[in-house]
Amino acid sequence: MADAPRINDFVVKFANVNGSGSASANGLFARSVMRMGVPVAARNIFPSNIQGLPTWYEVRITEAGYMGRRGGVDLMVAMNPQTWDRDLAEIESGGFLLYDSTKPLSRTREDIQVIGVPLTAMCNDAYELPRERQLFKNTIYVGALAALLNIDLGVIDALLADDFAGKDRLIKANVEALRMGHDYVVQNLTPLPLQVRQADAVGDRIYVEGNNAAALGAVYGGATVCAWYPITPSTSLAEAFTSYCQDLRVEPETGKARYAIIQGEDEIASIGMVVGAGWNGCRAFTATSGPGVSLMTEFIGLSYFAEIPAVIFDVQRGGPSTGMPTRTQQADLLAAAYSGHGDTKHPMLLPADPGECFEMGAQAFDLADRLQTTIFVMLDLDIGMNEWLTEPFKWDDTRRLDRGKVMTAAELEAGADFGRYKEVDGDGIPYRTYPGTHPSKGGYFTRGTSRNPYARYSEEGAVYVDNMERLLRKFETAKTLVPAPILRPAKGKTTEGVLYFGSTAPAMHEALEMLEGQGLRLNALRVRGFPFPDEVFDFIAAHDTVYVVEQNRDAQFRTLVVTEGDVDPGKLVPVLHYDGTPITARFIAGAIGQRMQVGQSEAAE
Amino acid sequence: MTYILKPQLHHPNLPKNGLGFTRRDYEGSVSTLCAGCGHDSISAGIIQACFELELPPHRVAKLSGIGCSSKTPDYFLGASHGFNTVHGRMPSVLTGANLANRDLIYLGVSGDGDSASIGLGQFAHAIRRGVNMLYIVENNGVYGLTKGQFSATSDRGSKSKKGVVNHDTGIDMVGLALQMGATFVARSFSGDKDQLVPLIKAGLAHKGAAFIDCISPCVQFNNHNGSTKSFDYVREHNEAVNRLDMITPRDPITVGYQPGETVKVQQHDGSILALHKLAELYNPTNRAQALGYLQARQARGQIVTGLLFVDPEAGDLHDAVGTVDTPLNQLNEAELVPGQSALDRINQALR
Repeated sequence: MADAPRINDFVVKFANVNGSGSASANGLFARSVMRMGVPVAARNIFPSNIQGLPTWYEVRITEAGYMGRRGGVDLMVAMNPQTWDRDLAEIESGGFLLYDSTKPLSRTREDIQVIGVPLTAMCNDAYELPRERQLFKNTIYVGALAALLNIDLGVIDALLADDFAGKDRLIKANVEALRMGHDYVVQNLTPLPLQVRQADAVGDRIYVEGNNAAALGAVYGGATVCAWYPITPSTSLAEAFTSYCQDLRVEPETGKARYAIIQGEDEIASIGMVVGAGWNGCRAFTATSGPGVSLMTEFIGLSYFAEIPAVIFDVQRGGPSTGMPTRTQQADLLAAAYSGHGDTKHPMLLPADPGECFEMGAQAFDLADRLQTTIFVMLDLDIGMNEWLTEPFKWDDTRRLDRGKVMTAAELEAGADFGRYKEVDGDGIPYRTYPGTHPSKGGYFTRGTSRNPYARYSEEGAVYVDNMERLLRKFETAKTLVPAPILRPAKGKTTEGVLYFGSTAPAMHEALEMLEGQGLRLNALRVRGFPFPDEVFDFIAAHDTVYVVEQNRDAQFRTLVVTEGDVDPGKLVPVLHYDGTPITARFIAGAIGQRMQVGQSEAAE
Repeated sequence: MTYILKPQLHHPNLPKNGLGFTRRDYEGSVSTLCAGCGHDSISAGIIQACFELELPPHRVAKLSGIGCSSKTPDYFLGASHGFNTVHGRMPSVLTGANLANRDLIYLGVSGDGDSASIGLGQFAHAIRRGVNMLYIVENNGVYGLTKGQFSATSDRGSKSKKGVVNHDTGIDMVGLALQMGATFVARSFSGDKDQLVPLIKAGLAHKGAAFIDCISPCVQFNNHNGSTKSFDYVREHNEAVNRLDMITPRDPITVGYQPGETVKVQQHDGSILALHKLAELYNPTNRAQALGYLQARQARGQIVTGLLFVDPEAGDLHDAVGTVDTPLNQLNEAELVPGQSALDRINQALR
């Protein structure tokens, strides 16, 4: 390999067996690169299993700061014999493979370079206990990688000291294992032409999972009741909310909780508790995924008609219940947007990274109270369960929670005309009272639709229609309240545009640069909320062709755009990625680039 | 169907309770159930109990599911907030409401279709969690609103109005509530107001999950020969184990029973349950004995009624979760939103 070394721009992938303790060693590797000032984009690709099945961890080292998945692998750390053949096949031509050379190499490829470190033999010599042999093998390969890629050992030592603060024996044992791998490489091998070099490209960014960020957003949004049922990939959101509350929401004088978290018996009970708490004036939420949304449908519809605030964090995955629970997709859009029976539709927020998970996680509660309805925050497994490098969390201490239109006892006492479902301000949003507000005024009986503006029983058609029209006006109001889309203009004039949202954003941004490099220009609009603000339809009207990039099979986002905006479907070209892995810049640039070039050559003829 | 408001004019000499409310202040709109429906008697019992307990009507939250029984919260406590939720899911909504404001009194009204079939799981789990509530099942053994299908509490061998014999085992809601850890369990009969009203009062005053299975005949679809939920059948087979006097801390204690026949139990709020024994061996503070007694009597075809079990020292879900004394829906921003300084610390730990 006489090529010039590639510095701070390559992909390392770890192939492991789950339950072997590899996750913490692989995380240590990624963080050590970041501590050297070089951004990483790391993703777990894991099975729905606790022990014994294949699992991968992909680390993109990217000084340029591309946070999307690139596709392809430059260095495979192949620790799982079960997946040897496919791991081998995934390496880019001219790439590298690190393997445990205790046993002879089975199959390899001519166009890659193979590096052997006798990890099992080294462990067997150094450790007595089987568990130690297994765990320290991981630390040893991190040490070997440090030497091969030129990562500063001192940086890793410092991380170990942080991670195991107060457990000196563990620090010492890990530092020794690290040295063992490092020294083997120094004595027997040469560094690779893939190198990590100290840089200053991380800044003050933080490294956090979207589920964690969304949970913190719920704390800052004033949520006090969380009812949930375990389901991958949303479970860690409720768990993070629990630990943040234990830290931030304890009454100092008594040690009592300023929150209530209930693990429901199922998703139906969970959303039922959320609706009950919302009806009674709390900010409440649940976290779930597609199968849970299906189960919650009846309550979501009730929340729409009875106008009760609720927040649902939907961390999307491949459906159905026996689907691909550990793979990412954006495939719940239609299920969420139109959840319920009868005519229903619900606002959705579409965060693109953990930073937005925090912001929208808090904002969702203001919107739920303001609009008195269910608000969906649509994460996916890629954002939710992977740690992303993101801007530090910020909060404006002058910001106030917006509790929406709530009539107080004083207003009722002063003679305000209270009609629970009465149009007052022309925005479709009625006033509500919390139960127990006033001894004789403001009480009402909550039902779905068979009632008049004063919440009294009625099955009259005209009264029903009037109410349904008001709910539509409320949905119009929602357009002005959800986060506005963000335009990323092309470097010059173009008649073609692209719509995208959520976790697709970093891969999309990188793809735009790749296309620009080929002379292909696109204006890009990142949509952040549903119902779609007018800017979305103005953008479509201003272009001849608009690509719609999403991570599902049926172009659900495109369907929403067509349905809600009465847009000519022929103008919207779907770009779909749905194999369960996060979308890549290569995929997007390939799919769009091909079509654009065809279009250009046709125009030339 | 339209909403029928009752006239607002009150007779000036209507008796008032300690809060200055008349019985009429605890009423709701006019019932739309069938004439003679047992459920209306239960609504009347709830009105009487709340009047006698001197509850401020707006401090009660009444929640229900779907069905005839679940329509009734519209017919009592008109000044209270009510919530007609979805079929079988009232328990979860009540649980969430209770978490939001621990200071209100929660009354869940449901039926045997709503709680024993579609809602059996939620019924069991709300009881398990010890939600502070009174949960009344208005039990008629039949689906009334959909015109006469068997419910899951219909006894095996009982006959529908059309003559069909039920071959499935009936679910005993009282036995289930006891097994799930309810801390107040009673059974009563809509046709026995003297028994029912004190039980409702005691259940409302109880801290923890209180449950009353109230047999309430359906005059349209389940009041015929061959039904085990008809007025005649229940009267013939009713075996009350005790009579309850509910004595609030305000009341002078004037119990007229002979010594030795009355057990007094004091609840958390200071209320005293004076139980006049009718069945000599029955001990309503022993869960295991209660279950055994009930099953033995049930095997003989008897319907045991009365206060069947009470744990006066019971805690509730808020105790388990450890929530603050202030209702969660009244916490202010300073108590809820940690601010930028806490974020700075969190950011630092994520680098």
